[in-house]
Amino acid sequence: MQARKTALLLSIVPGFGQFYNKQWIKGFLFLGIAISFFLVFGDLLNMGFWGLATLGTEVPRDNSIFLLAEGLIAVIVTVFGLAFYYVNLRDAYKNGKRRDENQPLSSLKNDYQNLIAQGYPYLISGPSLFILIFAVIFPILFSFALAFTNYDLYHSPPANLADWVGFDTFAKIFTVDIWRSTFFSVLGWTVIWTLIASTLQVALGIFMAVLVNQKDLRFKKFYRTVLVLPWAVPGFVTILIFAGLFNDSFGAINNDILAMVGIDAIPWLTDENWTKVALILMQGWLGFPFIFLVTTGVLQSIPDDLYEAARIDGASIFAQFRNITMPMILIATAPVIITQYTFNFNNFNIIYLFNGGGPSVPESTAGGTDILVSWIYKLTLQSSQYSLAAALTILLSVFVIAIALWQFRRTDAFKEGA
Amino acid sequence: MNKAKFFRLLISHSILIFMAIIIIYPLLWTVGASFNPGNSLISTTMIPQNPTLDHYRELFAGSESLQYVQWYLNSLKISIFTMIGAVICVSFTAYAFSRFRFKGRQNALTLFLLLQMIPQFSALIALFVLAQILGMMNSHWLLILLYIGGLIPLNTYLMKGYMDSIPMDLDESAKIDGASNTRIFLQIIMPLSKPMIAVVAMTGFTGPLGDFILASTILRSPEYYTLPIGLYNLVNDVMGASFTTFAAGAILISIPIAVIFILLQKNFVSGLTAGGTKG
Repeated sequence: MQARKTALLLSIVPGFGQFYNKQWIKGFLFLGIAISFFLVFGDLLNMGFWGLATLGTEVPRDNSIFLLAEGLIAVIVTVFGLAFYYVNLRDAYKNGKRRDENQPLSSLKNDYQNLIAQGYPYLISGPSLFILIFAVIFPILFSFALAFTNYDLYHSPPANLADWVGFDTFAKIFTVDIWRSTFFSVLGWTVIWTLIASTLQVALGIFMAVLVNQKDLRFKKFYRTVLVLPWAVPGFVTILIFAGLFNDSFGAINNDILAMVGIDAIPWLTDENWTKVALILMQGWLGFPFIFLVTTGVLQSIPDDLYEAARIDGASIFAQFRNITMPMILIATAPVIITQYTFNFNNFNIIYLFNGGGPSVPESTAGGTDILVSWIYKLTLQSSQYSLAAALTILLSVFVIAIALWQFRRTDAFKEGA
Repeated sequence: MNKAKFFRLLISHSILIFMAIIIIYPLLWTVGASFNPGNSLISTTMIPQNPTLDHYRELFAGSESLQYVQWYLNSLKISIFTMIGAVICVSFTAYAFSRFRFKGRQNALTLFLLLQMIPQFSALIALFVLAQILGMMNSHWLLILLYIGGLIPLNTYLMKGYMDSIPMDLDESAKIDGASNTRIFLQIIMPLSKPMIAVVAMTGFTGPLGDFILASTILRSPEYYTLPIGLYNLVNDVMGASFTTFAAGAILISIPIAVIFILLQKNFVSGLTAGGTKG
């Protein structure tokens, strides 16, 4: 039998392959690490996987949510264990191969130096990876796992156990009448909101930038500073200010502005459709300055020669705009524009801070202007329907990722065409 | 021809002045509200008849339900540590991705791209449930860690794109002169990436100031609030009742931030578009 195969087979128990290759110190290291791994994590793994499978069997001894968390940590630890195991197998195989080919084995010193040289990128990105795993990946996995349980107010510790229910919650979203109608009305408004609000702010931003950037316009500096203000003031502050301004009975918009023009007070906060109008207008106000800034940067970088040449060829101002200015802006700002859409899709702050997603709709857990994110927030914090919230989170993430991927591919194509 | 030009400029100015009014009105109105006597929205006018500084005094009086100074300090602490943490994590990781070819690099980049698309509130339910069970409610450090984690994927991507545009020759000649990796990073790459680092620092600093969802999930007692949550509760506890005080508080936070934003706007935009298009 070839040495590499024997070494590989033997290192099914970590270290033994190295012993076979007569690399005693390394062998003991691998064996030691493997043993201490099981000593340290043995209980966690045992308990974790049992918990993950059953989510607890006895009340009040078992806490389903703790068990689920432990189970997921066990899964993460296992992944690291498997990575180590893979390193062990590979090392044994490689050195076995060297023996087959009658080459000298890598010495421990060599390996150490290699590890230091190759380990540098791992070392400096290690902390980030660690933070990512515990602050981002683990919570996301946990949320996703909850979607497949029946965890809610009636199945929560310490009095009750939660259980795995598979795709039941997803099925319910589409079969239970009240859930289905709420889901589709919220989804519909989320999509409409994203499209209209983002398009408005992008169009307004580009329009304003082109307007201010006219060669012969005066007071440019003043206009630029004023137009950037909504971007510079913290968003939560302006949203709360607008909530005051739009107030149905005391707000300045109804009492001062509309009254001055002679229009009756508009129920901005109590009528669903008017709230929607107010939200879209506000997002235009809040969002256009950033596009304005980016577009201004692009406009200033377009060389004058282009326009010069176009003028000589007899192109009108509009033709110049359509064939030079607009394409330049769109190409350079495409990635920024796309982020506006994904941002608004999840724009929790404006929806929640302005009117709490309201006005409320009878018999529904979502308010009239709730988008998916704010609905999920309410389900979690206010009505404790965790598994429903988690299932919606998954649907939403899939939706966002699909669109993001599709757009990434489109913009790449866009860039190549340019 | 001259007539056409005149009309074009006239229309442009009219539109711009109209926009300027729409932008300035709410801001001025807030300033006016903060000097208005009384507490409610009803009597609020843009130019108060008996201007008063009462609301500013109230902010610093430190009552149980209105710990403005404490909120300000909390926000400052969270923002500063998030900024420092994000800059360190992001720049080191981006350096690793930009300059080294190591195993798992491609997978890690794909993972970052994917994580950047999954909105961070996906973790909301988990955070709510776990923080409650583990007794981590009100923990600023947990929040800082979450903010840093949320900033890493996208910003690492942008920073890596920026570092990719720094010529490799620079590192190589330094390496020949015997500089270590860390030295190359600190003395060559870092200084050259300054515009992008400024962007990351600024997103790190302002991110927590704009966040409501994570902070409101974790911070529950008034003394731990950040400004967004504190001010939101101030307006919403008794709707309209303390709007004038809110206005005063809002102004004291908005002015410093607005000044920083306006001063740094050039860096911000150029860094962002450069990293974005090269990413």
